[in-house]
Amino acid sequence: MAIVPNPYKTTGFLGWIDDRFPLTKMWKDHLSEYYAPKNFNFWYFFGSLALLVLVNQLLTGIFLTMNYKPSATDAFDSVQYIMRDVPWGSVIRYMHATGASAFFIVVYAHMFRGILYGSHRKPRELIWIFGSLIFLVLMAEAFCGYVLPWGQMSYWGAQVIISLFGTIPYIGKGLVEWIQGDYVPADATLNRLFSLHVIALPFVLVGLVVAHLLALHEVGSNNPDGVEIKKHKDPVTHIPLDGIAFHPYYTVKDLVGVAGFLIIFCAVIFFAPEGGGMVLEQPNFQMANPQVTPPEITPAWYFGVFYAMLRATPSLFHSALPGVIVMGGAVIILFFMPWLDRSPVKSWRYKGPVFKTLLMLFAVDFVIMNYLGMQPVSPTHTLIARFGTIFYFGFFLLMPFYSQWEKTKPVPERVTE
Amino acid sequence: MKRLTFVAAGLSLALALIPTLSRAEEGPEPLSFREDVGNLPSVQRGARDFMAYCSGCHAMKYLRYNRMGTDLGIPDDLLKANLMLGTDKVGDPIPSSMPAKQAESWFGRVPPDLTLETKARGSAWVFSYLQSFYLDDKRPLGVNNPYLPGVSMPAVLGELQGWQKLAAPEKGEAEGAPKFELVQAGSMTPEEYKAFVTDLTNFMAYASEPGKSERIALGGKVMLYLLVLLVLTYFLKKEFWRDIH
Repeated sequence: MAIVPNPYKTTGFLGWIDDRFPLTKMWKDHLSEYYAPKNFNFWYFFGSLALLVLVNQLLTGIFLTMNYKPSATDAFDSVQYIMRDVPWGSVIRYMHATGASAFFIVVYAHMFRGILYGSHRKPRELIWIFGSLIFLVLMAEAFCGYVLPWGQMSYWGAQVIISLFGTIPYIGKGLVEWIQGDYVPADATLNRLFSLHVIALPFVLVGLVVAHLLALHEVGSNNPDGVEIKKHKDPVTHIPLDGIAFHPYYTVKDLVGVAGFLIIFCAVIFFAPEGGGMVLEQPNFQMANPQVTPPEITPAWYFGVFYAMLRATPSLFHSALPGVIVMGGAVIILFFMPWLDRSPVKSWRYKGPVFKTLLMLFAVDFVIMNYLGMQPVSPTHTLIARFGTIFYFGFFLLMPFYSQWEKTKPVPERVTE
Repeated sequence: MKRLTFVAAGLSLALALIPTLSRAEEGPEPLSFREDVGNLPSVQRGARDFMAYCSGCHAMKYLRYNRMGTDLGIPDDLLKANLMLGTDKVGDPIPSSMPAKQAESWFGRVPPDLTLETKARGSAWVFSYLQSFYLDDKRPLGVNNPYLPGVSMPAVLGELQGWQKLAAPEKGEAEGAPKFELVQAGSMTPEEYKAFVTDLTNFMAYASEPGKSERIALGGKVMLYLLVLLVLTYFLKKEFWRDIH
């Protein structure tokens, strides 16, 4: 099908643009004539909120980059310069730091929503895969950003994470030096992580978000009932009977979500910007010191689950490689969700009690594992984390069986409520 | 049931955010302390005492004199006459009077910069540390501190606080804050000294984030605005959605 310029035959200035650029077409395709199911609930706020946080990170990041110095000697001082001497610098930095944590909260909730209502199921597999890629890149982006203030935990966190590459047999040691550009994390390391954080990864992230949205708008949104609204269209207008235009209906609805989110977000920024040591950690108020190891090296809270798995996996031949594989596997397994879930129904509303119970236990397991990842190692913690890890993988790997065998409830033809 | 599970899931997300109470610092639990950077006279006294007793060795390289002057209501002439070292300019940060190289050979390490100390260790830690120097013959400077065992800092405030020794913990006593016995009284009574340390800690807490009071004041306005926004967006949504059934 050939592209027809200005299919809506607009005139005047808009027509001049539409003859040359699909402005009206894009507006209609993605907003005013993109029909979304009318029964979105609370969980559907998190997608637009993730976009809001992304924009927050990009904008505040621009201003931080204007004043930050990516060098091992100056980085820490330049952060204090931003906090004290740059007009509005402290608010901008708090927005960025709190934004990182908020990003993970909304993304975790957004992913959970997907599993809850089967948003990863056919024909939305690619949306899910782009989303998983976004999550992966987000983790890398967050790690790089965490290192930049060059505080004690930034430094030692970087040391731990980069050393994970050292567990790869044969090439590990050389690989670590190649990544660091030095024998230990140093000025060269900080510079390249800065480059990745402000250029490479945000580029990839934004590209993936566009792909995620394009894929979504191609097939249309899922909904809490997991039924396809395109099956029942108005015979004349061809608009799905259960669909409503994204704009204005969901734009105004998402505004309510935005206001609610901002209340919590700004409460943290203005009244508890260190988040009790979760957003800005105590050791990071001391400049990186390669000679002094902090008593406990803990990851940022949003990596707790994965760090717990890393520590809980027994080492093999004095190598932490199994832990690294398990940790990586915990992220990679997400990509296979569309094919692991073989239930005849999408939404958990119509699934049986086994799936529902396991999903709830999975959510609890996730929270417990995250907590354990932030705690000091102890035999009890390791034992619980081992069970938690087995449950995490069991939930995914056994899904083809329990999701397929379990009796499901009948799915309505149209959305409920 | 449905609502309940949503609440449970939301709750578990919120739980992931509860601050961990584990402290990175070694040593006993610090004394309880409530920092009060809004107590201007206390912070002012703390500034005076910091310049008199601490800045000989410790710098505050992220705090400028005139920032302190503006925030604490100290005019430039008073600042110059009472708080600043002779050659400094009002826009300079607060330096240490001690050359770093010599400091290292005298004390084994350069006295740390204190601008961010209350954030790095907690203000309760600073408050406890400053009251817990005790006589210890095994140390080169004759003093030690349970909050920083093997401390390299001399008990600079000993002449004010007096000299104390570590009291043996009584049997059956729970592990808690260490107890001390005053051996030789200082120029201050214990109450006066506690007030002195409170002022100093409040000043250091101020120095760790000079914009804190402004931030909280601004936060109040932001919250008000957002609450209005929430109400407006809620009714806007309601109005638009009237025809959706």
